[in-house]
Amino acid sequence: MSAPSPPSTLGAARAVLAKELRLERRAPQTLVAMALFSAMTYVVFHFALRRDTVEGDLASGVLWVTLTLAALLGIGRLFVADRDEGGLEGFLLAPVDRTALLFAKAGALLAFLAALELVAVPLFAVLLLGPSPGAGTWLRLVAVLLLADLGIAVVGTLVAAIAVQTRARDLITSILALPLLLPVVIAAARASAPLLALHGDHALTGRWPAVLGLYDLVFGLLAYALFDFLVED
Amino acid sequence: MSTEPEGTPPAIATSGLVRRYGERAALDEVTLSLETGSTLVVFGPNGAGKSTLLRVLATLLRPTAGTASVLGRDVRREGWAVRGRIGFLGHAPLLYGDLSARENLAYHARLHGLRGTAATERIDELLGAVGLERRGDDRVHAYSRGMVQRLAVCRAVLHDPEVLLLDEPRANLDPAAAEQVEPLIGRSSGRTRVVTSHDPAGGLAEGDVALGLRAGRQALLAPAADVTAEQIGELYR
Repeated sequence: MSAPSPPSTLGAARAVLAKELRLERRAPQTLVAMALFSAMTYVVFHFALRRDTVEGDLASGVLWVTLTLAALLGIGRLFVADRDEGGLEGFLLAPVDRTALLFAKAGALLAFLAALELVAVPLFAVLLLGPSPGAGTWLRLVAVLLLADLGIAVVGTLVAAIAVQTRARDLITSILALPLLLPVVIAAARASAPLLALHGDHALTGRWPAVLGLYDLVFGLLAYALFDFLVED
Repeated sequence: MSTEPEGTPPAIATSGLVRRYGERAALDEVTLSLETGSTLVVFGPNGAGKSTLLRVLATLLRPTAGTASVLGRDVRREGWAVRGRIGFLGHAPLLYGDLSARENLAYHARLHGLRGTAATERIDELLGAVGLERRGDDRVHAYSRGMVQRLAVCRAVLHDPEVLLLDEPRANLDPAAAEQVEPLIGRSSGRTRVVTSHDPAGGLAEGDVALGLRAGRQALLAPAADVTAEQIGELYR
């Protein structure tokens, strides 16, 4: 057998991403936990706020606090199989660019967040949101969700890669992730609030989506620069 | 220990190699050289530094001081050039329990640049060689420890590496299984090997060079033929 040539970064990232999604399909723990957590949180908000429906700023806050806390569950589990079964070492032994792992893990987290939102956002609309906005408003909300998810996926992968190297990994995940994700939560909540307002114009102003885009760009570059050092000994 | 022509780098070389975990030196001033196609067998009690030496050579741990090279490439500066040419078999099998044997091997094959028919044929060949062809589609969770170890051997040699780094490779294997993996990771594989062992007689029989470690220090380095089982036994006292 002639020695195979190493795969490209994209090829290696695709292999890891396919493995991640296959593992989650086989034993769907992360997504189920995230979805159940979201449903429970809506119920808690319902009783804590003593309101049947919410709208505007309050609706946006409830939605983004729920999605962010649910995302923490996904972040906490991102490297669990690799840690427990030595998958991280298996990857590190391969002749591939370590950044492929960042792309794959961020891609997997992005997929989990998107799948979660397919369940959690309609559930929010049914359980807590006042009169449902129109289709155009929903599309604008999807754009905000996508921008926020990108940031959460990149920062979440960075934090998970740091946490997996420590003994207090569960603690580290929450302690590091929440402050780092604060700008995403603020910008996403501000961008979503007019879309969820009862009597608003449901317009998406450019300022907060731009903040989200800038956050994604800055942390994307930071993660690209740092990830190699994080997974090395 | 090297008798290769001048100018040819040894397959494995270390010089004053030190690896510390905090204040504790797991490896302390280890210097050795191994020529291509030879086997270095490493003896020593638990905690002597055997696994650490293998992990440094596999680029999984960085040396704290000194140098280590594999196939002429420095493991610290040129780790990327070393990785595709080594096969590592440690205490953990590096396999996912929720994936089948074939899926695990296909994943590692892709990470090493093997794809399509070439990958499928290689996976079938290896599963057949270790007697797992009929269980290849079962999830690894359902395997016994011996079967997992056989599959881990397949993973380690999947990309046909030039150098094998083997940490007690026959652990959990019954005599028949040990015989099955022999052509893949044994002396007959023709590869350069670094093997850790606790079995003086068996280890000396399969090694060309014997290295004895005690508390991270190099207590013995000699041609295996010149070393007695009693000398190995001394390392454990």
